[in-house]
Amino acid sequence: MFMGYSLGELGSIFAMQAFAGLILFSVFVLMALGLAIIFGQMGVINMAHGEFMILGAYMTYMTSHIFQTYIPGAYPVYFFVAMAVAFIVSGAAGLATEWLLIRHLYARPLDTLLATWGLSLIMQQAFRSIFGAREVGVELPQWMMGALPVTDVIEVQINGLFVMGLTLIITGAVALLLYRSRWGLQVRAVVANRTMSGAAGIDTRRVDRLTFGLGCGIAGIAGSAFTMIGSTGPTAGQLYIVDTFLVVVFGGAQSLLGTIFSAFTISQSQSTLEFFLTGSMAKVLTLLLVIGLLMLRPQGLFVLKVRR
Amino acid sequence: MSNSTDFLLALEGVTVSFDGFKAVNDLNLYIDKGELRVIIGPNGAGKTTVLDLICGRTRVSGGSIKFKDQEITGLKEHEIVRRGIGRKFQTPSIYEDLTVFENLELSIPRGRNVVGALFWQRSEEVVERVHQIAKMIFLFDFLSRSAETLSHGQKQWLEIGMLLIQDPELLMLDEPVAGMSVSERAKTAELLNEIIKHRSVIVIEHDMKFVESIAHRVTVLHQGKILAEGDMDTIQHDPKVKEVYLGH
Amino acid sequence: MWNPTNKKLDLELVGFALIALLILVVLPLSVDAFRLNLVGKYLTYAFVAVGLVLCWGYTGILSLGQGVFFGLGGYCMAMFLKLEASSVANTKIQSTPGIPDFMDWNQLTELPFFWVPFKSLPFALFAVIAVPAIAAFILSFAMFKRRVGGVYFAIITQAVAAVLTILIIGRQGYTGGINGITDLRTLLGWDIRTDGAKYILYFVCCVLLLGSMFLARFVLSSKLGRLLVAIRDKEDRVRFSGYSVGDFKIFIFCLASAIAAVGGAMFSLQVGFMSPSFVGIVPSIEMVIFCAVGGRHSLVGAVIGTLIVNWAKTSFSETFPELWLFAMGGLFIAVVLAFPRGLAGLFTDQILPLIKRVGMRTGALPKPAPAE
Repeated sequence: MFMGYSLGELGSIFAMQAFAGLILFSVFVLMALGLAIIFGQMGVINMAHGEFMILGAYMTYMTSHIFQTYIPGAYPVYFFVAMAVAFIVSGAAGLATEWLLIRHLYARPLDTLLATWGLSLIMQQAFRSIFGAREVGVELPQWMMGALPVTDVIEVQINGLFVMGLTLIITGAVALLLYRSRWGLQVRAVVANRTMSGAAGIDTRRVDRLTFGLGCGIAGIAGSAFTMIGSTGPTAGQLYIVDTFLVVVFGGAQSLLGTIFSAFTISQSQSTLEFFLTGSMAKVLTLLLVIGLLMLRPQGLFVLKVRR
Repeated sequence: MSNSTDFLLALEGVTVSFDGFKAVNDLNLYIDKGELRVIIGPNGAGKTTVLDLICGRTRVSGGSIKFKDQEITGLKEHEIVRRGIGRKFQTPSIYEDLTVFENLELSIPRGRNVVGALFWQRSEEVVERVHQIAKMIFLFDFLSRSAETLSHGQKQWLEIGMLLIQDPELLMLDEPVAGMSVSERAKTAELLNEIIKHRSVIVIEHDMKFVESIAHRVTVLHQGKILAEGDMDTIQHDPKVKEVYLGH
Repeated sequence: MWNPTNKKLDLELVGFALIALLILVVLPLSVDAFRLNLVGKYLTYAFVAVGLVLCWGYTGILSLGQGVFFGLGGYCMAMFLKLEASSVANTKIQSTPGIPDFMDWNQLTELPFFWVPFKSLPFALFAVIAVPAIAAFILSFAMFKRRVGGVYFAIITQAVAAVLTILIIGRQGYTGGINGITDLRTLLGWDIRTDGAKYILYFVCCVLLLGSMFLARFVLSSKLGRLLVAIRDKEDRVRFSGYSVGDFKIFIFCLASAIAAVGGAMFSLQVGFMSPSFVGIVPSIEMVIFCAVGGRHSLVGAVIGTLIVNWAKTSFSETFPELWLFAMGGLFIAVVLAFPRGLAGLFTDQILPLIKRVGMRTGALPKPAPAE
């Protein structure tokens, strides 16, 4: 059999790796969601997106710390409070960034890329100065620990399931916002034709600012989820930006469904490959695969064909 | 339909669809040598798309486009240009960071590969050719000016000049007088009448006065199909055309 | 005869001469051997910056992966030097003498096949240019022929930088891993670690850099240079003037990468090692900021910018290591927001008119008076 594993073993391996991949998938989706709505609407790549995620992670860490110290009785629910805090703080930071930096750089996408990279350096150093260079982790509340046995060889981590559920809810909420709310309508109008939307009385500047804030806020929530599967350090976010961007591009920058699908594909292939190869080689293969696919379909997988 | 034609350009059964929407639908269009053809039609009729198809910017979904009896569908844009088709865009498309002289020089159809461009010499002949064209497009006094400082109308002329210096057999102009003042329009009409003496031209235009001043033969496009074709007089009295333009 | 560009280019020549004066005469006379070697290291980054002026400043192709080509050039050189340093006599304490030490530590018993040709210096020198140029060709051919550009290209080059770093670190038996290829000693028996050798290598580096600048100047002042600006401006128009835009982008990207690679090779020679920390995402984007600070449209500016930023980095991180990242981040933002044309732009917009005004005033007066 393949590499000395029996068929049944292979099945279990794939199932286990698939679940492991689903947690990575959750972080990818949340990160990519924020990056995609920003990129889709403004053509801006926020290179500091990973740092906004880590900002959310630090907020989660602080919230858990406060709960532990002052209201230990309420600790089981700290995560929900932490999520809200992460969303608000990262979102507010995003709004401020848009106002101070991004709005001066419209129509200069490459320069925005460099400027937000500079922002990411500043944020990293700020994290280091405030929270220290050491990585921090949060303690999971009791109910999230442990694993559910599915069969006698396959187990599923509860916190992983929880993060996934959370991701689905947030994705659904964003979809609702985009396709049912007034803001969503305005966003879609601006994406389709910025000049016309402006002429039709949409305050495109305001829509941009809200979009940027929302995208960063979602990154903050991704940070909350991140604390459950990894430890938080000043530079942890930097590792995610390239992957996340590839997820966005691969899915086609303006397609929500495409983003989710490509996050799934990339996280699953990485996770499955990881079992057979070393982690780093799996990463290399995944990246090369995505680059190769992008050459075949430069506009991404899910893109409407329109007259330019 | 014959396989071999005397036409300079022949579109036969050309169709293109964007996600199911047929922007151009089973279109037949023939352009003679030395002909000036004006394409008019309401917004969304597919006028610009037709030009995009001819010059390879958009790929056809079906049908054939023949230029000088040779199939050009599937060729790259620059290959189509080298066959002798020039294209002016709707909004002036010039190199703002370069001077007028450099804009024209880059459009001379020589030294078009990497090595040729690297060892290109600005010969006496090149300078003369640029001067000659610059005079035609009323920009001789602006040769050393940066192109971004030109007025909108001058930019349109510059782009026409960049096409002229290519010396194409077929010239396609997408709304050449858009955004021009009345006097500029008159000068442009004069320029066009000069240009067409030696080549075939397709013009897309909304401005009916301008169309009258240059038009020989007019094609009316509506919803990706040809609605009517004929000389200006016939077209203006065609009831179908009136209906399309005046509403239902 | 009307001639459009000569005046500006003359100014550039003056800049070239000033740089030559600075790096060939002033610095060697005024700083000690250690500092001069440091300057030599900075100058190797200037090769990358010169390449970035070509592809980013003039053509609008932002590459965030120039470290890849710098690194490939550096590794090709380092592989030759390492093999020479790993002679059987030098490595007799190893379990397999005659192979590089890190291979021995990783239980390799034989030289990997792709290392073998690097025993020859002519091949290594050829590879310094050829390997990065071919890599650049493959990448740019695949991307530009498919019309992938702008931010997409930038991020993909960044992904390539990530891939190469991971590969080098992960395959340490073949590459020396995270430490890189270290302990380089001699070049055809000539000890490159002595002060005298470093002195000579510094001048070789300077001459090669000036050569690259002249090559870049030749390219930019040709019609191809104006085409690059045209492509940056209106890619579609260039295409509809009958040019195959992709070919030109591929050419300039490969040229920029080959120049970066020469810098990498000089780095290995002067500093005595090569490691993945010069290949990855962070060093690659730092090299972009060297170029941006100096002025992305100016060859002279790029070199000066590289020197200034690196000098600042060294002196800053010696005294306030914490502040350096803040300063670096601030630099990225400031250069983009406040002076996108960098120091060179500042010079041509502010200082040059001032000099002209002063010059005119003093020229008009019989006795030169100081400007008030």
